[in-house]
Amino acid sequence: MIEIDRITKTYDGVHAVDSVTMTVETGTITIIVGTSGSGKTTLLRMINRLEEPSSGEVRINGESTLATKPHLLRRRIGYAIQGHGLFPHHSVARNIGAVPELLNWPKDKISARVDELLTLFSMDPVAFRDRYPAELSGGQQQRVGVARALASRPDLLLMDEPFGALDPIIRSRAQDDLRRIQQRLGSTIMLVTHDMDEAIRLGDRVAVMDGGKLVQYATPAEIISQPATGFVADMVGDVERPLRLLSLIPVSEVVEDGAAEGGALPAGASLRDALAACLWTGRTAVPVAHDDAVVGRVTLDAIRARAELHA
Amino acid sequence: MTVAANRIVAGEGVTVLALAGAEVTLPGLVAILVGLTLGLPGAWPQLRLVGAIVGLAGLLWLLTHGASALLDGAGDYARVSPAVGFWCLLLIFMLLMADALANLAPGPLARGTLLAAVLAAAGIILWSGALSELSILQEYASRKAAFANAALRHLALALGSLATAAAVGFPLGILCHRRADLRETTLPVLSFLQTIPSLAMFGLMIPILGWVGNTLPGAQAIGIAGIGFAPAFLALVLYSLLPVVGNTVAGLASAPPAALEAARGMGMTPRQRLLRVELPLGLPVILTGVRIVLVQNIGLAVIAGLIGGGGFGTFVFQGLNQTAADLILLGALPTVALALVSAIVMDILVDLTRPTPKGGA
Ligand SMILES: Nc1ncnc2c1ncn2[C@@H]1O[C@H](COP(=O)(O)OP(=O)(O)OP(=O)(O)O)[C@@H](O)[C@H]1O
Ligand SMILES: [Mg+2]
Repeated sequence: MIEIDRITKTYDGVHAVDSVTMTVETGTITIIVGTSGSGKTTLLRMINRLEEPSSGEVRINGESTLATKPHLLRRRIGYAIQGHGLFPHHSVARNIGAVPELLNWPKDKISARVDELLTLFSMDPVAFRDRYPAELSGGQQQRVGVARALASRPDLLLMDEPFGALDPIIRSRAQDDLRRIQQRLGSTIMLVTHDMDEAIRLGDRVAVMDGGKLVQYATPAEIISQPATGFVADMVGDVERPLRLLSLIPVSEVVEDGAAEGGALPAGASLRDALAACLWTGRTAVPVAHDDAVVGRVTLDAIRARAELHA
Repeated sequence: MTVAANRIVAGEGVTVLALAGAEVTLPGLVAILVGLTLGLPGAWPQLRLVGAIVGLAGLLWLLTHGASALLDGAGDYARVSPAVGFWCLLLIFMLLMADALANLAPGPLARGTLLAAVLAAAGIILWSGALSELSILQEYASRKAAFANAALRHLALALGSLATAAAVGFPLGILCHRRADLRETTLPVLSFLQTIPSLAMFGLMIPILGWVGNTLPGAQAIGIAGIGFAPAFLALVLYSLLPVVGNTVAGLASAPPAALEAARGMGMTPRQRLLRVELPLGLPVILTGVRIVLVQNIGLAVIAGLIGGGGFGTFVFQGLNQTAADLILLGALPTVALALVSAIVMDILVDLTRPTPKGGA
């Protein structure tokens, strides 16, 4: 558990981060979202003490971060910097193995870990291990940057716009990868982005920052259905709010008995997918299948009723 | 081309055609012509390289055979020197060779081998005595001991001052890199030192060190005096500091900020950042500074001859006093050769330390 307690950072009298208090549960993904200059990076960097707070403190599992020497603290916390920050003179393998090397892991353990991570990020170890960062595409560099942050299996992972340079397709794949990896390792992730879509897709909880202040800290559904301020509502986008909301709800929540025509949707699909299927094919209901067996249907009426719950 | 080309003999000129019988001059002239025809058209660097080598061989052939032919029957005191045509052709072939090599861009290892081969060839030619009838080597023969002495002195001056400057300059550069205030005071002072004309600098050393030698007890015992080795050495060290410190600062600053930030973020201590990130990334720039200093000091050390510092400068200034051109050359040629060789060696080192194989830095 990470407790951020009235933490403030002041540059020349201006509050870059203004008395932010929030608690992050172990094993969850927390997304910090906000416009440029809202203090996201500064907040993140105060957690591993790359910036010293002007006031307030951070506790990890009850222990103040001030109790540990900064460089020892940072070795326990994975950090993927905004822009990949890879070492240009080290191979991909040495880059990924940098923290384990600092922690004096044995060589064979490091190289096994490097190969494991490369495979996890869909990069063939044989092809990529010995390349230099300059020989990678922007997206590959970013994935290596994230892999480097994960290398020592840190309990806490701080990521600053890790998917910024990726095209939409690779980006959503990388997000899925990250979700999968996080669920498997049970690590705690705090990720900065200015993209509300990414926040809603990826976050267990979303923290919205505006002008250094934390204006809302809630689940994605709450952020969409009950934006705390006009700023949050703007970030979510009024027009798209209902669709965003539907995208968070799986069809399994409103599935009912009965038959419907046409192709079936998997049970894991969202209500947004169901709505799209209805509108696109002119149906009023679509069948829902679980492992190829139809288990029921979702009707337009049920989708509407579910959406109105939040309106 | 040929007629204007080669005149050999001090005093009165002798054209290449009048040198000796055709059986001697012809192969040389043909080689030079072949060299020029192969070398001058720019299409293939390989051909150009071959042309340059053939041409140089032709020049060498003419030089050795011409010298002995001319001396044949001349008096004991007669002297033979290559004249302007020889030097021009030498320059042309050297340029062709340099250009061809630049185009071929051989790897560091190939260049090392090439340098060793050229040095070995030069050594063999000199040692074989084929050129020993040339005036400059006559001068050498009469000063063997002094020459060896001067060579040692010259190297001691150039390398010693470099080592001292490095011992002081690297730590100073690292400190300057860490602390902006120190950097802002140190670098201007060093730049100012660099702008003092070399003659003035050596001149300035005389009263300063003279005073130190006279006032500090024991200073004279370890060789500190107004003239001689110490002032020359000190002047060279002072000249070396700016390139060493400046390039150390620039090299360390060349690491990408994001990489440094990442290094900090993963928990490297300042020392680990220096050793693992800043130094390896900055090494080529730092070594370039060392290269500048080495070449500069080999050249500047000549002026040390003026204040009794020894080295090849001694011959140059003796030669200037006696207007003996060959004596000047005896000092100047080894200096140039030394500077060239060290420049090439340092370039190879710089290349070898490039942090990424494709020379990305
Ligand atoms: N070292 C610094 N000195 C002075 N001001 C700073 C410093 N670092 C950040 N700031 C200021 O603090 C504010 C917050 O910066 P921060 O980098 O946290 O923003 P951000 O939300 O990460 O923005 P972006 O999305 O553009 O990365 C900005 O107004 C910035 O100008
Ligand atoms: Mg930022």
